[in-house]
Amino acid sequence: MEEMKSYQLSHLKELESESIFVIREVAAQFEKPALLFSGGKDSIVCFHLARKAFFPANIPFPLLHIDTGHNFRETLDYRDALIKKYNVQLLVGSVQESIDSGRVTEEKGFNASRNVLQTVTLLDTIEKYKFDACIGGARRDEEKARAKERFFSHRDEFGQWDPKNQRPELWNIFNGKKHIGEHFRVFPISNWTEMDVWQYILHEKIEMPSLYFTHERECFVRDGVIYAHENVIPLKPTEKAEKMQVRFRTIGDISCTGAVLSTANSVEEIVEEVAATRVTERGSRIDDKRSEAAMEDRKKSGYF
Amino acid sequence: MDTQGYLNMELLRFTTAGSVDDGKSTLIGRLLYDSKSIFEDQLDEVKASSEKKGLQHVDLSLLTDGLRAEREQGITIDVAYRYFATPKRKFIIADTPGHIQYTRNMITGASTANLALILIDARKGVIEQTCRHSFIASLLKIPHLIVCVNKMDLVDYSEEVYNRIVDEYKKFASHLDVQDIEFVPISALHGDNVVDRSANMDWFKGSPLLNTLENVHIGSDWNHEDARFPVQYVIRPHTDEFHDYRGYAGRIAGGIFKPGDEIVALPSGFTSKIKSIATLDGALSEAFAPMSVCITLEDEIDISRGDMIVKRENQPEATQDVDAMLCWLNARSPQPNAKYFLKHTSNDARAVIKEINYKVDINTLNKLEDDKTVKMNDIFHARLRTTKPLFKDSYKRNRITGSLILIDEGTNETVAAGMIQ
Repeated sequence: MEEMKSYQLSHLKELESESIFVIREVAAQFEKPALLFSGGKDSIVCFHLARKAFFPANIPFPLLHIDTGHNFRETLDYRDALIKKYNVQLLVGSVQESIDSGRVTEEKGFNASRNVLQTVTLLDTIEKYKFDACIGGARRDEEKARAKERFFSHRDEFGQWDPKNQRPELWNIFNGKKHIGEHFRVFPISNWTEMDVWQYILHEKIEMPSLYFTHERECFVRDGVIYAHENVIPLKPTEKAEKMQVRFRTIGDISCTGAVLSTANSVEEIVEEVAATRVTERGSRIDDKRSEAAMEDRKKSGYF
Repeated sequence: MDTQGYLNMELLRFTTAGSVDDGKSTLIGRLLYDSKSIFEDQLDEVKASSEKKGLQHVDLSLLTDGLRAEREQGITIDVAYRYFATPKRKFIIADTPGHIQYTRNMITGASTANLALILIDARKGVIEQTCRHSFIASLLKIPHLIVCVNKMDLVDYSEEVYNRIVDEYKKFASHLDVQDIEFVPISALHGDNVVDRSANMDWFKGSPLLNTLENVHIGSDWNHEDARFPVQYVIRPHTDEFHDYRGYAGRIAGGIFKPGDEIVALPSGFTSKIKSIATLDGALSEAFAPMSVCITLEDEIDISRGDMIVKRENQPEATQDVDAMLCWLNARSPQPNAKYFLKHTSNDARAVIKEINYKVDINTLNKLEDDKTVKMNDIFHARLRTTKPLFKDSYKRNRITGSLILIDEGTNETVAAGMIQ
């Protein structure tokens, strides 16, 4: 007897297909979209999916990087190499410029961060270029406020998210209708987990920034978090930097991204490490630790 | 983790509805905890919150806490999505509130699910809420139902109580359109029959819940018979290499497509053959639902977003008069003769609600033919008239080409979800 053919996609292929559908829907429904690109793994995967969505054409929208001025050099190198290799347009919104022009005030103190400031820069940049949809790499499994996010997330004219009054989102029918001045954030990899992302990177052989792999770095420990010892975070008198074997599990700017002790040298080893790890990836994000609803509050005011 | 194994896993989306105290959050917390999908820092947070509330035990239901307002009020307002995986499958849970005032949220969660978990409190048996949740599952054509008789610890793990509830449910379910129903007696609080077989209920010969979730046959949940390709986006590279290239990008909504297939483009009726099915990873010899692909044709014909590529011998119905079950999602009731934006696959049209035939009492399933005033969360049967033909199948046959939404032209809010008959 002839063997029955199986028409069942693997879960990664189904997720990939869903994400490509969402990205194409953005290109079809909006006039001026952009892909938010931070140089972290989630935005790298979104970029990869966007290439698949429009093949053999180029991605029909620019990448938008909100540069806090506190980026790791490796992140910027990776970003610039990617732009060159795939011939895509990059636009940069600069938090430093927002500070210099007086739009925002730099935080003070040892735990000062530009994480909150970048919301202003992001919204200003969206307004400057008149973007009506920004694709981002946020995932619902990352954080409890994000678990309630839509694929197509409506933002009012102030860029605010109203979690208690979100549009119902049924099946795969996405409502991108809006009034002038409003915009959407769109999250194609909403349904992916950290493990899915790494397995996909492994399977697709996607080149990753060196920060994700083990390296020796001058670090110091504050409140249980391992920080890179860089100019933007001054040491307290009691703190001492020392060489450590670390890698980064998430990549944000220097002042809010903690490192983990690790010897993982390849994507395979990272997958194994993620499988064995017992702490969430945002556990090393200082930005989420400010309060129980830190992410919810930042998202309401227009954060990524 | 075994990498090759991970690449062969299947995806199961399930939904669960529940109100405060019926154990839904505890069950989800239990599934996440026992499948080791909970991280230590999450557990620490829950431990701290439990202590703050003065509880003796770690309240696993706190794992599903979401927004600040929900934490403060101890309720679920909106759909939240949760994730866990076993070596066999990855699971997406649409965790929804269960109270009647949140019917719209339940419908949202149910719209993408392959399976629904229905929770019954063993002390209470089949109640109004059980009927409501089951009806929604059947209305949204969720292919599989698992009925969990929960809190068995509070009825001394009694086989008799369990059997009585199963009989009661089966009698009720005979009025529903659901093919596949499984039953399992559990205690979410103590973990009986959730992940591991319960030592307290050796009379139960079926599988624990997780085992059933891992093994339900989901291979036939997509329609693989009626070839449907709604065109989502036209790809024209305008490069030297792909100078005259015209590709039709979309996600296959039903059936199987192969190069060489004779197709018809709707609404034009032009015919052609599939030249190639392209992806960045190479050309495919066939593609099926729900794959996202790019199709090129042998002939240059006029096709744009909203059109549908189908096969000659199997075409959807094209009509401007659409009968559908609608769920009203908005606080503002439907206005007589108001026009709404309508979205159906990649097609945009406008529509008026011509006639409301009847409402359904979702607790009793009775048709209400005299009361036709529609409010938020009401489910009703209506006829729509659209500005242009929709290429539709019945929702029962295809959940993608059989579903639509209505959008208010003034507020841009999504006001109704429709299942086409």
